[in-house]
Amino acid sequence: MSATLDQYVGKRWRKPHFITSPGWRWGLIIASVIYLVLAFASVEINWSRVYRGLSRGWEFIVGFANPDFVSRWSDISSGMAESVVMTVASTVVGIALSIPVALGAARNIAPLPVYLVCRAIIALSRALNEIIVAIILVAILGFGPLAGFITLSFATIGFLAKLLAEDIEDMQKAQAEAVKATGAKWMQWVNYGVQPQVMPRLVGLSMYRLDINFRESAVLGLVGAGGIGATLNTAFDRYEFDSVAAILIIIIVSVMVLEYLSGIIRARMK
Amino acid sequence: MPIIEKSGVKAWQVRDRNSQLIRWAMWLLGTMAFVFSWKVISDNTQWAIMGNIGAVTMDIGGRAMPPRWSYMDQLWLPIWDTLNIATLGTLFALIMAVPVAFLAASNTTPSRLFVRPIALLIIVSTRSVNSLIWALLLVSIVGPGVFAGLIAISIRSIGFCAKLLYEAIEEIDETQVEAIRATGASGWQVMVYGIVPQILPAFAGIAVFRWDINIRESTVLGLVGAGGIGLQLQSSLNVLAWPQVSLILLVILLAVVIGEFVSAKVRGAII
Amino acid sequence: MLKLEKLTKVYNTGDKALSGVDLEVGKGQVIALIGPSGAGKSTLIRCVNRLVQPTSGRAILDGVDITALGAGGLRRERRRMGMIFQEYALVERLSVMENVLSGRLGYVGFWRSFLRKFPQSDVDEAYRLLDRVGLLHMADKRADARSGGQRQRVGIARALIQDPTLLLVDEPTASLDPKTSREIMRLIVEMCRERELATIINIHDVNLAKMFVQRVVGLEAGRIVFDGAPDELVPDVLTRIYGEEDWEATIETVDDADEENDEAGK
Repeated sequence: MSATLDQYVGKRWRKPHFITSPGWRWGLIIASVIYLVLAFASVEINWSRVYRGLSRGWEFIVGFANPDFVSRWSDISSGMAESVVMTVASTVVGIALSIPVALGAARNIAPLPVYLVCRAIIALSRALNEIIVAIILVAILGFGPLAGFITLSFATIGFLAKLLAEDIEDMQKAQAEAVKATGAKWMQWVNYGVQPQVMPRLVGLSMYRLDINFRESAVLGLVGAGGIGATLNTAFDRYEFDSVAAILIIIIVSVMVLEYLSGIIRARMK
Repeated sequence: MPIIEKSGVKAWQVRDRNSQLIRWAMWLLGTMAFVFSWKVISDNTQWAIMGNIGAVTMDIGGRAMPPRWSYMDQLWLPIWDTLNIATLGTLFALIMAVPVAFLAASNTTPSRLFVRPIALLIIVSTRSVNSLIWALLLVSIVGPGVFAGLIAISIRSIGFCAKLLYEAIEEIDETQVEAIRATGASGWQVMVYGIVPQILPAFAGIAVFRWDINIRESTVLGLVGAGGIGLQLQSSLNVLAWPQVSLILLVILLAVVIGEFVSAKVRGAII
Repeated sequence: MLKLEKLTKVYNTGDKALSGVDLEVGKGQVIALIGPSGAGKSTLIRCVNRLVQPTSGRAILDGVDITALGAGGLRRERRRMGMIFQEYALVERLSVMENVLSGRLGYVGFWRSFLRKFPQSDVDEAYRLLDRVGLLHMADKRADARSGGQRQRVGIARALIQDPTLLLVDEPTASLDPKTSREIMRLIVEMCRERELATIINIHDVNLAKMFVQRVVGLEAGRIVFDGAPDELVPDVLTRIYGEEDWEATIETVDDADEENDEAGK
């Protein structure tokens, strides 16, 4: 033992590097530094414009201190109502559509062609930003909440079906097989063998998605797809920062309440 | 398992009467909410013009194809800007999220009564507001351009990163921290040796995760004037240049897919 | 050496974990602290280095009243008190070497420790200790990839690199198998003798305690109910500490043959 100890004692100790090959390590460090320098250099900042804007920033902060709910209340309330309506409808429809897609996208219960189709739907829905989908739909369907509703429903599929499909793939085979062994039909098998295992997660994810859909519905109005976003956009255009502050406060408080409620429901489902 | 008596025969039923009733009430309420919501949406829709949706779609689709490939020359710079908004925005957000997370975590906060609520308020308010709204606000403050988008993405990401990070901090193993403290280490040393190593994997995961999301979000910031490829999308839409729109959408789709691929690779390498 | 005077701890919940404990441990003396779960063993040693704040009473180490120290003074005194934990309490994601060197944190400034630039004498001592506990070749491996016995050896090295005068050991063998438990206990006791450390070992396994120490202290409901040599632990005494049980039957299980095999295998 002490023969090897002699090799160690007196030698400097350094923490082994996370990336062991020095070539890679230095390459990565240099590349990152070059990138950062170039990136920062390419960001143009018009300081005089920023300086002039500071007074507006201050106005906005002041607006937060005394938000104006009153003067645009009719716009705000109708915008909020539309956002809520879009959120509820799209979440319900989104969940209803997600369940068959999720079943199809779970490799352990779906045949390969169905699996590929469902996975493609999910991938498409996830890759397309809500705003972009909304733009296209507004172009096709015209302004109004219908475009927003379809956008959110479609986005819900990508989110919910993916996570649900992963959950179904992770479920315990033994339980599902036990049901199959009783001679159950496919529907019965899903109902008794699969559903009970993934149900709590489905409820939790649905609540979470309701939360996300509400937040998203607040911006869809910016591109004309209905909801509070349109009201917000108008307020910004008129530089009515006190109304802006009022709308933002309403959004933040609603999100907090929704998050709190979904937390309670998710905790009770466990 | 409740058993009820039905015409003299005991039958088994999953739930007892009350919870059955509550379930039905919930379903009824949910259905009513949905039907009402649908009615509102339907009332606000001009169904008359929906008859020729097919034609409109075909028309736009026809005009959009094929994409105008030559327009690509004008897209390289916006793509570079978009990447910078996402990357630098994530970087700034992380720098600011770390102290906020430490102030918000109940086991590291200096004061539960004063500091923690403020940190939590920062987290909630920054993450409840979509980055597009932040961009709208910043464009009116600092003027249109990449800088506004960069700050919008940073602010939006602070709350997101700080929330996940402070949850990770609250889940650390306290005995490891205690062991470092027992050696006579100072407060900062306890932080660096006892806490940081435990949350480092979570931190790396959060960073990559948020970067991936920010790539997606930065592609549309241009719609409100906050720089990046969204600007080109907006101007093309305004002049109904559908072949350019289709090219930009393809580029965005590709960027998102590459972003997801890179983040998955990096996450795999770290964890 | 270490002297506890009327040490008392009442938790916020109102639970009285320690009530007026008086105890003296001399230089080089290893004592085993036995007692049922919840008797206050863990609280007692944590009150000494003030990981738990005692409610009243004093803990005096070499004339220094630890209970009266401010934050800076406490940190300085903690350097002289090594501690070994029940579930090892290694920082899992750091390497074995970093875990050992973390024992020197009290002596090294923040930036040196942050940059892992420990003095060469500390590094040499870490290597010597790792060699002593038989883990020299694992210095740069991650701590969480080690077996329970190996992790506890790292924990021992971390405590001893502090160059302590007092060693506090909290259930060192609770999560180890019987053979490893004995190896770890033997290692701790040997190293305490070599360095003449005053040592308190919390241990719930009476037989293991009797095998390795000369002095046993029994704690029950926060009070010392026994203080003497291991062979004074007659069934009556055990009943006083733990409650009614057929002590003769359990004592029979001390397996000396196994013990000798262990020695031969070394």
